Amino acid sequence: MAKAGQFFSSGHTNNWAVLVCTSRFWFNYRHVANTLSVYRSVKRLGIPDSHIVLMLADDMACNHRNPKPATVFSHKNMELNVYGDDVEVDYRGYEVTVENFLRVLTGRLPPSTPRSKRLLSDDRSNILIYLTGHGGNGFLKFQDSEEISNVELADAFEQMWTKRRYNELLFIIDTCQGASMYERFYSPNIMALASSQVGEDSLSHQPDLAIGVHLMDRYTFYLLEFLEDIHPSSTTNMKDLFKVCPKSQCVSTPGHRTDLFLRDPGSVLITDFFGSVRKVEITTDTINLTAPMVHLEDTRPVRELRTEIQTYMDQLPVAEIIHQKPKQKDWHPPDGFILGLWTLILLVFFKTYGIKHLKHIF
Amino acid sequence: MKLKIVFKLRYLWMFFRHRGRLAALAIAAVVIAVGVPLWWKTTETYRAWLPVAQINELAQLQLQLSVEVEVVFSKGTLTAEHQKKIPPSNTRQEEHVVDETTRLRYRYETRYRTATIMEEDALNQSTAAEADISLHMLSESPSGSVVIYVVPESSTVLPEGVSVYVGQRRTALLRAGGQMRVAVALKEVLASLETWIKQVLQVMSFSHGDITAALSDRVRPGDRSREGLADSMRAFKSSPGYEITFSLLNPDPTSHLLHWDVEAAISSYIQPLLSKMAPVANFSIDSQILYYAVLGVNPRYDPTLNAYTLNADSLSHVINPVEARLGSSAASSNPVLNFLLYVPDSRHSPLHITDHRRHTVPSNAFSSPRWGGIMVYNVNASGTELPVDVHIDMRRVMGVFLPQLRLMLGVQSAAPPPGFLIGPCGNAGLADWELDRLMWTRSVENVATATTTITSLAQLLDQIGNIVINDNIAEQVSSAVASLQLAVGQLEVGNLGLAMQYSKEAILQSERAFFDPSLLHLLYFPDDQKFAIYIPLFLPMCVPILLSLLKMASEVRQRPGQGQAKKD
Repeated sequence: MAKAGQFFSSGHTNNWAVLVCTSRFWFNYRHVANTLSVYRSVKRLGIPDSHIVLMLADDMACNHRNPKPATVFSHKNMELNVYGDDVEVDYRGYEVTVENFLRVLTGRLPPSTPRSKRLLSDDRSNILIYLTGHGGNGFLKFQDSEEISNVELADAFEQMWTKRRYNELLFIIDTCQGASMYERFYSPNIMALASSQVGEDSLSHQPDLAIGVHLMDRYTFYLLEFLEDIHPSSTTNMKDLFKVCPKSQCVSTPGHRTDLFLRDPGSVLITDFFGSVRKVEITTDTINLTAPMVHLEDTRPVRELRTEIQTYMDQLPVAEIIHQKPKQKDWHPPDGFILGLWTLILLVFFKTYGIKHLKHIF
Repeated sequence: MKLKIVFKLRYLWMFFRHRGRLAALAIAAVVIAVGVPLWWKTTETYRAWLPVAQINELAQLQLQLSVEVEVVFSKGTLTAEHQKKIPPSNTRQEEHVVDETTRLRYRYETRYRTATIMEEDALNQSTAAEADISLHMLSESPSGSVVIYVVPESSTVLPEGVSVYVGQRRTALLRAGGQMRVAVALKEVLASLETWIKQVLQVMSFSHGDITAALSDRVRPGDRSREGLADSMRAFKSSPGYEITFSLLNPDPTSHLLHWDVEAAISSYIQPLLSKMAPVANFSIDSQILYYAVLGVNPRYDPTLNAYTLNADSLSHVINPVEARLGSSAASSNPVLNFLLYVPDSRHSPLHITDHRRHTVPSNAFSSPRWGGIMVYNVNASGTELPVDVHIDMRRVMGVFLPQLRLMLGVQSAAPPPGFLIGPCGNAGLADWELDRLMWTRSVENVATATTTITSLAQLLDQIGNIVINDNIAEQVSSAVASLQLAVGQLEVGNLGLAMQYSKEAILQSERAFFDPSLLHLLYFPDDQKFAIYIPLFLPMCVPILLSLLKMASEVRQRPGQGQAKKD
């Protein structure tokens, strides 16, 4: 029955994707469009929403400055609305923090976290991680308030490896000086791509005059053009992905790192990471069941109809709201205290060194 | 008089200098004795004590698996003198070294005895299956043990050409070889039996390959055979619970009105299996019906079969579009198994699945490793009025889902060696020895996973000094270590049920400790930032102290020189 043919050559049985946009504010429209376009491609190639963890600030579609509300476009002339009506954002707004990102990767989430916000990968999962935003040499800025360093990221991947949370990992980053983020990786089976080398900036692609901001970054734009040609059963391999966006188109030099990866990149299919091609086996064994089915009796008791009139709780306890307690303010020392302290210091000073210095003050 | 004043002044001056020196020394002493420890104490992270020594011991895993084997000789298999000289018991050990940190020892404790009158009667039945059933009524063997009944060569209980019959519970019937007849030494008789017994144990208990596959968490996979790899990928990893969902997909409700009595089918056919597997994991089952759910792949019409066909190559694209619609009501993080029953719409009926050689598959079903199974159920929608009432034959459906479920849960049905006949699995769909097999591999897998989790947690906490280790984590780690030690101990003794239970507890506690949300390590502080924080605080304070100490030291060095000058 176990015909282990070419189905099992890649060693993975399921695919996950973690797509993170680390910027907020209107002028970072292109980062959100980047992430949403990758999200669309990944969904098109087969990874279901339950296996995608999408982290976005999600403040573009309903932004006051968006001339076309509820849309996020990835191409000028407004050809493709990547927001649509079936986007499932798992971490939105202020939930996109370094802490939450690391918690998702390492699995250290509080027990109340729902399934859709968890990365439930196992040792046979291939994971695609895509990061975009503003970055520097060795760090990536999250939501303009904190940053994640390449050491922390490498440690997080090592924790994933020790707990066997992935089979193979593809890490793509589209930020300035993106190659610095994968310099410190040391866990096996990671392949990394970046849009620019250390010291280079990743540039954006094209502004749209109607919307007023740049819509996409160059690297992701050409990456998506490349992915448009991929369909679930195509056999394109990673070596073609490395050639995406050469310097002439991207202005920056994309880089990649494959020394930690065990397989030869030429034998790795794009759909191993971007799509979700399931392995299947024909079922040849059947069991001949001879026992008759036992019909369950309806053992649930018949509920009596409620005959009393329904009453509702007081929905708006106005009385409590009006007479609410005053808010606790933080304690400050009384104002005179500081003044008294300074007076004491001055007096001690003059006592020690003599009263004659006092005339320089008064 | 003047000299006295000079002496007094000199004395005063030396006194004050002495006092200055004392003050500087006292301040330095207070800073070093009180200040530095206070700063250290208040800035250190709270780290509760972990049993590091025991954890390091666990890193070197030495597993011993004990199996109790009972060999019962029936009449006619041994001569009278042999019967008198049988040793009551015999122990065989096999040592295997998997890698530097993992060692395995298999211990087979064999007891020999002759059959009782009632067992003889039971063995005199006409077929092996009946003999099996009667033998069960006589005695109950504990979990993990194997009983082998040796029947004479002339016995008719086993069919022709079959040397071993493996029953429903934990018994096997072994046909004695021809050497028994001739007058040979007891040693040779037992030796020839040994080879057969070894094979029986590999089928009914565990084989070395199974155990090394279960240790895959500790041991790098390396080059395993294709079949081994396929088996390890097919079944879910050991988990404390599983969620099973049965879905009926009806793409054409206008033509087919489907009735399926899934509750009765589950309680009659699936629930017995899951109840029997209760020591291994908890299960929760639910079912749903989806309307207007299509497969996503267009089947092709095959005129030779006069039906539509789905080839094996296109099956892999079927699952993803469907999965998006399946939804999940699972509130836990347990793995989900999906079983789908698809009734094709009237325009694409009948629909057959074909394999690579273009033959139709009789079961009309396929499965995906670690996901679930899909079965296509064809109905004859020949009826004048639409929609046609269809009552689905749940026995046929469950007859396909049950073996798929067994495969997903790790009950391997590998091909038996030649000469073996495996009996039917009984009402629960799972033979006792299959459950034992699963429990052996699962407990070893749990122990391996728990030890790697604990050792990697200890390593991680050691490496990153900024993580706060709360008391509850230390408690969980200690109890995980204790459960692990108990589990290993029970495996040594051979109590499979208790070993399984302790190993499950060990896994739960170690996972809870490893994935505790408080262990997210503090943000990384580069060294230059640490200096930038501490220098403005400590440098202004330390400079005067250091300078006064230096001055004192240089004076002390100069004083002997001065003293000498004075004396001259």
